[in-house]
Amino acid sequence: MMGRTIFIDPGRCIGCQACVSACRECDSHRGKSMIHLDYTDEGHSVASLPTVCMHCEDPVAPCAEVCPADAILVTADGVVQQADTTRCIGCSNCVNACPFGVPKIDLQAKLQMKCNLCYDRTAYGLAPMCATVCPTGALFYGTVEELQAERPGVQVADTFVFGETEVRTGVAMVVPAERVQWPVPGGLPVVEINGKDVRR
Amino acid sequence: MTADPRAAADRRTFIPLDPSLAPPGTRAFRDAGGIPADQWHADQNGETLVPTHCCFCGVQCGMYLRVDRRGKVFGVEPRNHDINRMRLCPKGINAYQQVNHPDRLTAPLMRRSRDEEFREVSWEEALDFTVSEIKRIQQTHGNDAFGLLGGASLFSEKTYLVGKFARVALKTRHVDYNGRLCMVSAAGANKLAFGIDRAGNPFSDILLTDCLLIAGSNVGECFPVMTQYVWGARDRGASLIVIDPRETAIARTADIHVALKPGTDSAFFTSVLHVVIEEGLTDEDYLAAHATGWEEVKAKAAEYPPSRAAAICGIPAEQIVQVARTFARAPKAMAWHARGIEHHSQGVENCLTVINLCTATGHIGKPGAGYGTITGQGNGQGGREHGQKADLLPGGRSIMNEEHRRQICEIWGIEESELPPAGTSMMEMVWQMQRREIRGLIGICNNPFVSLPNYRVVKEGYDATEFHAQFDFFLSETAANAHVVLPVTTWAEDEGVMANAEARVVKHNKAQDPPPGVRTDTWAMCELARRLGAGDKFDFPDSRSVFDELRVASAGTVNDYYGITYERLEETGGIAWPCPTTDHPGTPRLFEDGKTYHPDGKIHLQVVEWHPPMDPYDDAYPMSLTTGRTVAHFLSGNQTRRLGALVEQTPRPWAEIHPSHGFRNGEPVRVVTRRGSEVFPALVTEAIRPDTVFVPYHWPVPTAANALTIDALDPRSKIPEYKVCACRVEHAERIDEVPAPPVAPGHVAYPETQVSRTDPLPPTAPQGRGTSERS
Repeated sequence: MMGRTIFIDPGRCIGCQACVSACRECDSHRGKSMIHLDYTDEGHSVASLPTVCMHCEDPVAPCAEVCPADAILVTADGVVQQADTTRCIGCSNCVNACPFGVPKIDLQAKLQMKCNLCYDRTAYGLAPMCATVCPTGALFYGTVEELQAERPGVQVADTFVFGETEVRTGVAMVVPAERVQWPVPGGLPVVEINGKDVRR
Repeated sequence: MTADPRAAADRRTFIPLDPSLAPPGTRAFRDAGGIPADQWHADQNGETLVPTHCCFCGVQCGMYLRVDRRGKVFGVEPRNHDINRMRLCPKGINAYQQVNHPDRLTAPLMRRSRDEEFREVSWEEALDFTVSEIKRIQQTHGNDAFGLLGGASLFSEKTYLVGKFARVALKTRHVDYNGRLCMVSAAGANKLAFGIDRAGNPFSDILLTDCLLIAGSNVGECFPVMTQYVWGARDRGASLIVIDPRETAIARTADIHVALKPGTDSAFFTSVLHVVIEEGLTDEDYLAAHATGWEEVKAKAAEYPPSRAAAICGIPAEQIVQVARTFARAPKAMAWHARGIEHHSQGVENCLTVINLCTATGHIGKPGAGYGTITGQGNGQGGREHGQKADLLPGGRSIMNEEHRRQICEIWGIEESELPPAGTSMMEMVWQMQRREIRGLIGICNNPFVSLPNYRVVKEGYDATEFHAQFDFFLSETAANAHVVLPVTTWAEDEGVMANAEARVVKHNKAQDPPPGVRTDTWAMCELARRLGAGDKFDFPDSRSVFDELRVASAGTVNDYYGITYERLEETGGIAWPCPTTDHPGTPRLFEDGKTYHPDGKIHLQVVEWHPPMDPYDDAYPMSLTTGRTVAHFLSGNQTRRLGALVEQTPRPWAEIHPSHGFRNGEPVRVVTRRGSEVFPALVTEAIRPDTVFVPYHWPVPTAANALTIDALDPRSKIPEYKVCACRVEHAERIDEVPAPPVAPGHVAYPETQVSRTDPLPPTAPQGRGTSERS
């Protein structure tokens, strides 16, 4: 987890899409939103959940690791940048590699686009646009100490497990204090590949 | 707590984090008012930030508008204002896009009859035609044959002018405003009980409370930025009670969610009071010292045991007991309510039962204990304080009170005999138009074709007028039906004040000059007044001069603005009225001294008897139709239905219905009431009562919820019963396309706002209310 990062708290999310609109206002990709807002239990509940880039630390940025053009760079403060437009070839490898389903491909421009923690803002000491405007604090930007000062007793997790792979991220998630599971199960278990049952 | 990343030595390499490279803290950033010490790097491009507030709802979030070197608004930047602390909702973020929108009206439109097409004319010609029609109608049919309808999204200065213009220049009694559809029930109840019409506590008190009761308010969608206070209360261990027929985003995680049947609120609250009395949880000392009418209220509450109320409301009786215990036992409890309990033919009574409950438990006028009314429109609070309501004069004075009339006539410099008597409410004015009693009308900042109930009647009423002029900056559905449309400014092109839901007066600043051909509402009203021969009473070059008169006109009243000046507002970021002197800090919390604004200083409790809604259920119409807002749109949608991002988020209305009726998601369903029928895609969800259908109301016919709603009014506040009418739901063949917002002749409809209007499926954006069946 980075020193100063985004914390996602799905329990506070009201699905209003303020983050989606705010992301469009960000000058580095103006007009396009990089946020994914999912309604996790449609038809049964109004639960919703915003996903920003998790800025994976270990393994470091799977999207960058699989990039054949070395277009995705990671800055020293742990922020995984959007693909460099002068290098990106729009091959979608990063889209397939990301365990959180974050990067998007602009098919017309043949470029990858994703959340870069509003580097144009955070580099100048501002909070990312989404976490600045989020009306409920479902997206919070700061240190874990600042978060705990504001919300006594809050529990966060930054390690997620997909099958047998553990991923530690720079962005952290608030988890229910009374049901801390470590690491947080992510994604769905793989049950078959090419028609073959791979459950063991 | 997370594991230390450095402890995992056996893991793969990771980038060591150097804290000195991390961006500096948000806290420091917020403390600095949201602007870093080195100012904006964008300043190199000549960009400036103008501090102002959002133009939409009653939260009145602070924001900066980004203005480029040509002086045009082109973006938004969060602002660290007390109210919202940098937060914004999707409407606020996209609001700036209206300012230089291609649909803006930039020249007056005119036609001599509704059969003709609009043509663009000069201001001179439009104003002359308007004045000649006013004179013709008034000379033939009397002064009262001409009406004026204002709006609560106007700055307070302009609402003051609307009232003065009607009574001094038009000399008509028929003036009202669209806040009549918004908050007047709460206003009526507060006036009856407390003698003052505003919320009792500021938002920040929510953070101090132990129990928060929210009735009939979808905070997560209609006042999203207020949600931070609700969650903040929960962070500190407060219990949350939500009363709403739908499981809204705040109801989802509430401790108690009471999904009662629409139109049964007063029975529920009286029954909660019954349990509070039965269990001896009332604060008898407080009642004896501060309330009148308690014995009568107590006797009435005895008639509403939980078993009876549970049958009326369609909820388990235990919930009533649970709510009573949670609310009454909390050391500090608060109740907030909004349109959900106010939009009823018993709207005032519903609000009174909430006040009765707060008073009986002694939760009034303390930090973290009290009640609040959430205004829908940006200036819903200020819009009714300064005389644009049919029965009120500036400063909340009554137009029936001789003393009050005398005071205002003195300020306005007219004879008391010249001041017209009280007028009628907005819906009643439409009925009068139908009956040809009102033959001419000017509408300012409202769109009744979408926002008034029973569209058929509204259309008939407006069509029957001989002359109709509308002030607007977009061609609204109502303006498209007018004879004259005057292009006026958006909120970013003029300065003025608004009062938010906490009665905190905030100042909006001018960010850019209006486009050529556009004038301010103030200028247009003064110019009309001059041509009507009342120019000497309307010598207002700008908002500031109006505000100075408004301050004087409200001095010494309950709604005292005298101590509020533009300079003080800019300095403090907002002052809550009453504020009688220029060194007075304002009154964020009412009744701290235990005194109300009645002459005896007591809370006047009122007896309330529940009665069924006006639209009876029967075999043909067994279900309840309720209407409301969605997060991406605002009121009649005249502004928000033109902004691409918001249209994309929620392109069309839907009918929200429980799976027990057997409809599939996205299937066309016909919602039928006694007023008409409309087809919507079904949005099948378990998050609504099985006997209730919900349709959002921001769209015009043929996709208008208000073609179905009933124009029954509350006898006291005259608010229409939007929130409940009898309906049935049937299968339908196909859904109707959402009509594009009207545009002036010569303009093409903006392509972005056409996106997905034909999508046959309900939007997934209604906060997770879609279903997994979406193919």
